[in-house]
Amino acid sequence: MVSTGSTTKKTSSTSVKPRLGLDRADVRRARTLARQVGRPIVRLAKQHTTVSVERATLRMAGLQGADPDGTPWVNRLADVVRADTGLEHGVALPVWHALRRGHADDLLTLAQKAAAGSVTFELPDGKDATAAARDAKRAVGAGIKRIDANRRERERLIKRIGDAPRKPWIYLIVATGDIYEDIPQAQAAAREGADIIAVIRSTGQSLLDFVPEGATREGFAGTYATQENFRLMREALDETSRELGRYVRLTNYASGLCMPEIATLAGLQRLDMMLNDSMYGILFRDINPVRTFVDQRFSRQVHARAGIIINTGEDNYLTTADAVEAAHTVTVSQLLNEYFAKEAGLEDWQLGLGHAFEIDPSIPDSFRLELAHAMLARELFPEAPLKWMPPTRHMTGDVFNGFLLDGFFNLVGALTGQGILLVGMMTEAVVTPWLSDRDLALQNVHYVMNAAGNLHEDFRPAPDGFIARRAREVLGEAIDLLQAINDDTDTAGDPPLLAAIADGTFGLMKRPPDKGRGLEGVARKARDYYNPATEILEG
Amino acid sequence: MASTSSTNDRGPIRPYGDTTGDGMVQLSFTLPIEHSKVAEGAAVQLANKMGMDPALVVHAKAMGEGFTFFVVYGRVNHLVDPSTVEVVERDYPLLTPKEANSAIKRALRRRLVVVGGCIGTDAHTVGIDAILNIKGFAGEKGLEYYRELKVVNLGAQVSVPQLVERAREEKADAVLVSQVVTQRDAHLLNTREMSAAFRESYPEDKRPLLVVGGPRFDETMAADLGVDRVFTRGTTPGEVASYLVHRLVTDRKKAA
Repeated sequence: MVSTGSTTKKTSSTSVKPRLGLDRADVRRARTLARQVGRPIVRLAKQHTTVSVERATLRMAGLQGADPDGTPWVNRLADVVRADTGLEHGVALPVWHALRRGHADDLLTLAQKAAAGSVTFELPDGKDATAAARDAKRAVGAGIKRIDANRRERERLIKRIGDAPRKPWIYLIVATGDIYEDIPQAQAAAREGADIIAVIRSTGQSLLDFVPEGATREGFAGTYATQENFRLMREALDETSRELGRYVRLTNYASGLCMPEIATLAGLQRLDMMLNDSMYGILFRDINPVRTFVDQRFSRQVHARAGIIINTGEDNYLTTADAVEAAHTVTVSQLLNEYFAKEAGLEDWQLGLGHAFEIDPSIPDSFRLELAHAMLARELFPEAPLKWMPPTRHMTGDVFNGFLLDGFFNLVGALTGQGILLVGMMTEAVVTPWLSDRDLALQNVHYVMNAAGNLHEDFRPAPDGFIARRAREVLGEAIDLLQAINDDTDTAGDPPLLAAIADGTFGLMKRPPDKGRGLEGVARKARDYYNPATEILEG
Repeated sequence: MASTSSTNDRGPIRPYGDTTGDGMVQLSFTLPIEHSKVAEGAAVQLANKMGMDPALVVHAKAMGEGFTFFVVYGRVNHLVDPSTVEVVERDYPLLTPKEANSAIKRALRRRLVVVGGCIGTDAHTVGIDAILNIKGFAGEKGLEYYRELKVVNLGAQVSVPQLVERAREEKADAVLVSQVVTQRDAHLLNTREMSAAFRESYPEDKRPLLVVGGPRFDETMAADLGVDRVFTRGTTPGEVASYLVHRLVTDRKKAA
């Protein structure tokens, strides 16, 4: 059994003192630019809705389950409403108007009848619209109350059972494809020292325009995110949390075409953290930019309400681009993620902004560069629980060398007060982690934290030394890039960020706003658009 | 065929620890048993059955409940004979980007079109990007760097019909597919589906060159998978570019 390193003192974010000599005016300038770049996108997001936002609203109102072919009832119902009245008014008014007219006693029956073609939806007006809106808000409000209750339950459990004993929280992944295999693996990982369990999703899921239903036993390189899988895993981890005397957090992915629905299910089943990046789907999954930003905002509003910590995906930039040359793109993405997150109501403690240890270990001073980049993130976001991601690109299959690299990764984590540490596996790129890989990886973490967990108290980079200069240089490049994005234009007059994404500013991938998957699921809101979930969440 | 190297002529060899012929190897594994003297004995027994004799358990540690991890050092008696090993040797000359560019320019008088992507549910673009992105891999620039190559990188999770359609649209000379995810042999199934689709929609002499790559492919499987070439772990962009030039420029010129 591995010791949980109880001798290491908590490295709270409040202990972060400025050590890099960053110019405060530069930091302010970076944030101002991020706000300028982000604001038109927020406006765009407010002007549109998507099929997934509407389905998430139905899920909040309690509609669950799927037809015999596995198509969820929220999809069946939303599709019929859309065909009858369009998407631009939202589904709430037509749906609750139909219920008022007595087409069905409840949402499920209505969805079944709609699927059978025996209901025609219409958009109510006048008093009918007011009444439908009132009913819709009551039904959706019940779901939001459940999300609120889950948040209180989490706080209660942490108080009663206890929290993770120190920071960084140790984050381990399970990914068997079978929820009933995942559960014992997750429980074992928690017993071995994990504070956070992430269940990796099946690779195809981000491009599915529906959320699979029920407990699932088959997936590719991961397990489907479903409401029932969420429930089963959270229940199992609650049991393990009680056994271990510390609350073990559960993580999944609010990304892809069903981001708003998965965020909602996470709130309903008391998940604790969710992967949720502002641009990942656009750049790496070719999901339409407008669809992504609309879905993004709604899902972040749900996360804010649910007390869920988001994890952003900046590590991905470094898996496709050079980690030194592209270091500033990580900073830019962190600043944008911060702006979008706060605009959606998330607080600093909920911002697990990502960064990663991906510099080629053969280049001179690679460790100092890593340290400079990690310290920059720490100082730019002193109150955020940063998520520190292990090396993957330069893990070659030489497991011995990889183990050393992971040790250096852990050391940077210790020196920079990371909030969340994804445990690196020496068998990265070789096999999905074995029991022994996980145990050895945790020994590595515990050794470093035990030996050097408080080293940040002593460590001060020379004021104008290599590390401080490099951090300032990256911040400068980030400001330049943000300025360039802000100045970007296209012929359609899109917001500058959309124009920048279209011409390949990020990761060499060109993603125009009128292309990409899921565009057909986006609609510009009509004047009489109504969505009770949005109304409650904006409030 | 590239010359078979002299190592093949050495005759049978044994693993090398610190003395020629000592046969020393190291091994680590986990047994589903609580740590005890019996467990260590069981580890020795396994090592013996694997041909290690004597076998020395140098490290044993309880891991989780009911598991023990072992590191074992020992001697194996087996010999290996390199002269009987079959590998796919590089059967084309390695070209620099400059040489590749001028060969294409001279022979085709147009740019050579390469369409690439990850098919199926595979979202891991690491491989295709290492070959295609200008950034490249192992110090070599990717195919986008080659002036005479037109590269269309479709990215992740491209469906086979999309790939075929795009290849036709772009009049692709070569199609590069990367597959990283191997669960339930997804990489093999996807590749066969892809090659079948290309055969169906093109006459054989017009079909683009089909190249597949990924860390878990076996280079000898090209024919079985219905593709022209399989590249595996460690392949660099320069090797891929040289192969494309060899097949599409040099060979065709010979045939003409």
